[in-house]
Amino acid sequence: MWQRSRLTRGALLAIGVATAASSVLTGCSSPATQAPKPGASGGTGGALVVGVTSDPDTLFPWKATQFQAVNVLQNIYGTLTEFDKDLNTVPGLAKSWETSKDGRTLNFTLRDGVTFSDGSAFDSKDVKYSLDKIKDEATAAVAAASLASVTSVDAPDPQTVVLHLSAPDAALPSNLAVVNMAMLSSDDTEASLNTTPDGTGPFVLKNRVASQSLTLVKNDKYWGDKPKLGSIEFRVIPDESSIVSAMQSGNVQLAVFDDPLVAKTAAAAQLNVAKTPQLSYHVLQLNGRRGDLTDLNVRLAVQCAIDRKQVLDTAALGEGTVTGPITAPAFKSNPDQRPCPARDLAKAAEYLGKAGKSAGVKIKTIVSQGEYSTSVNEAQSLKAQLAEAKINLDLEVLESGAYVDRWVAGDFDAAVALNGGRPDPDGMYNRYFTSTGNLNKVTGYSSPELDKLFAAGKASTDQHERKAIYDKVSVELENNAPWIWLFTSYAYTATTSQVQGFIPMANASLQYLRTTAVN
Amino acid sequence: MLRKLIHNRIVRRVASMIGTLLGVAVFVFIMLRAIPGDQITAGLGTEAAALSPAQQEALQRYYGLDQPLFTQFFSWLGNLFTGNLGYSARAQQSVLDLTLRSLPVTFELAVLSIILALLIGIPLGMLAASKPDSGRDAFGQFVSLAGLSVPAFLLATTLLSVFASSFGFNPNGQGYATLAGDPLLNLRQMLMPAIVLGFGIAAPILRTTRTAVLEIRSDDFVRTARAKGVPARRLQTKHVLGNALVPIVTMTGLQFGYLLGGAVVVEQIFSVPGIGRQVLLGIQQKEYAVVQSTVLVIALTFVIVNLLTDLLYRVIDPRVRAS
Repeated sequence: MWQRSRLTRGALLAIGVATAASSVLTGCSSPATQAPKPGASGGTGGALVVGVTSDPDTLFPWKATQFQAVNVLQNIYGTLTEFDKDLNTVPGLAKSWETSKDGRTLNFTLRDGVTFSDGSAFDSKDVKYSLDKIKDEATAAVAAASLASVTSVDAPDPQTVVLHLSAPDAALPSNLAVVNMAMLSSDDTEASLNTTPDGTGPFVLKNRVASQSLTLVKNDKYWGDKPKLGSIEFRVIPDESSIVSAMQSGNVQLAVFDDPLVAKTAAAAQLNVAKTPQLSYHVLQLNGRRGDLTDLNVRLAVQCAIDRKQVLDTAALGEGTVTGPITAPAFKSNPDQRPCPARDLAKAAEYLGKAGKSAGVKIKTIVSQGEYSTSVNEAQSLKAQLAEAKINLDLEVLESGAYVDRWVAGDFDAAVALNGGRPDPDGMYNRYFTSTGNLNKVTGYSSPELDKLFAAGKASTDQHERKAIYDKVSVELENNAPWIWLFTSYAYTATTSQVQGFIPMANASLQYLRTTAVN
Repeated sequence: MLRKLIHNRIVRRVASMIGTLLGVAVFVFIMLRAIPGDQITAGLGTEAAALSPAQQEALQRYYGLDQPLFTQFFSWLGNLFTGNLGYSARAQQSVLDLTLRSLPVTFELAVLSIILALLIGIPLGMLAASKPDSGRDAFGQFVSLAGLSVPAFLLATTLLSVFASSFGFNPNGQGYATLAGDPLLNLRQMLMPAIVLGFGIAAPILRTTRTAVLEIRSDDFVRTARAKGVPARRLQTKHVLGNALVPIVTMTGLQFGYLLGGAVVVEQIFSVPGIGRQVLLGIQQKEYAVVQSTVLVIALTFVIVNLLTDLLYRVIDPRVRAS
């Protein structure tokens, strides 16, 4: 009996202390005090908090490939050209440009009165410095290859820049619109910009706490329409469902998700969720230099044995659209123009027979785990479908670092991938499928016909003519099946009801934070 | 003289600590190089395939990957002695600065979790032991089983989403507040992660307490004390619990050490910028110096906690002092 009374009292005491402590802690908070006060700081349009799963891995725009880094930096830096909401190339820091008749000279006229955030003036000297540096291999800029056609850059006067090209390059203006082509001041260095960005964009870095938050404030000297927001905080919340919780409690007002399941949770939590079809595409990449895949018939058999819609439905909740190679709206491929628009097992067997592989083939396939949410499910769906056509996908599910390592070395028969798309088809595929492309060593497929088509696409500036050329590129790619294009998915932009004026884009860019307001 | 020194327990203890830390340093260094990829591929992803050889070289120089492994190891180790734990290119900060910010966060979380775990584990353990195979024992067993088997991430996500959606309570959705900067917000932000971790750790403490109390209670001295008329409360706390403390302290020390590096999942879900997350980000970005130095700091803290636990034995158990 003695034990009972004493222990109960002790336990009660402990529980009491814990309850008291927690009620003190929780009692001090009400939803009203937690929510940031939009408009309270940072100017007219208020303060926006964007939830992100990771902070930028670099602040140097020429080396930024990480999604979060690109999204932050494109709000800080300016480029000669820009994309509008439909991904058309429009003037940026260059107010106009003109191509010479022979297509070998590109003349840019720069905007007047543009300054960097440190107050120094932007002029042609900075453009020449930036383009020369990006081209210089010692800089290791990721967009260097996009300037391959540029032989020299002249700056005859402060407002004019002349690019001399080795051959016409119609894709160049669009290639200049990405943040990897940001215009930097000739007075800045990589080391200084790594901590103190100095751009011409609509926002300026105010404060960064690594792996916690990064805050931008409005650039009052911005040359374009002044941003409506006073400040934007990119708040790091590593877990996507925790971002949804933070939006429910009013702490975060905007976030972009790629996982359809998280988007469903967000929609169920009464948040506004806008879905935007993306340029990026899900694809089964075949390595045309390996084993049975060197045979076109085997590749075509793979293509015919896949029901793309079924992969989309089982792996990605049906959230997407079956696609051909080119996903850019202005050049979109017709997904029905391929050897087997619908799954055709008889035809797949016929192709395998032609290849002398009626008994079946085995394809070692790498899959990345954790890189994006649907990868493993896609791989399993593909494996199940292909097995019915005696094509055995031998799946190797790898941690993303190991996957990248194998991919970069071209050490795979096939790879399940989510590839980023670009607004111009030349930028998108030239590097993969021309004999001189810098990623051709990984794809292992090129042809004289494709080389010719890509060259023609670069030489023409006529939009209709280019569309016709890239339609042929699409057909050529589908008929030779170096890759099996599957589907494009959506990006989901979740916002609270306070957010207005944000325009999501097909390249997942957050550039329209400059037109966004919080009320 | 030398023999005496070698036989000195403290000297032996310090030597074994240094040996452990050196072993950890070498192990982590090798493991990091053995896993595929490097800082270049971690940063660029598949874009790394598009680099020209000259660009590759420039990047390897930039990240110090062009140095032989031997040089990499000893220059890192040498730098440690000057207080230079390396530099994080991602954060653009020294690893020392990063660690000085993240270690106290995890330390605070660990202390709070342990306090909660002790508040749950010891009373419930004693309650369960007070009448074995009874209803209260079953309740204790149930709580400990739940603590061990409910995954922390599940409990964490559920707590967070239920409180955020039903009560609008989500202090963790706000930017992290330091204990010195905004103590109240900081404690609110620590509340849910500490509950999740504390609940998990309460289970082994509860079980240890139950077993130890049952064992001590059957000892002769307890019967003698009771026979001498020692009041029940005093018997419980001083005689039984006092003697059961050694295994409980051992278990608590172990769990505390585990929390220093093992709270990473909970840190992720509740956006707590602790040291576990620092290691995780370092591994994801293949920032070798960040991982090596941070793991070493965690190991050092673990070793110190172990040492303190051993010292605590001397305080709570006169028999240890005597030996």
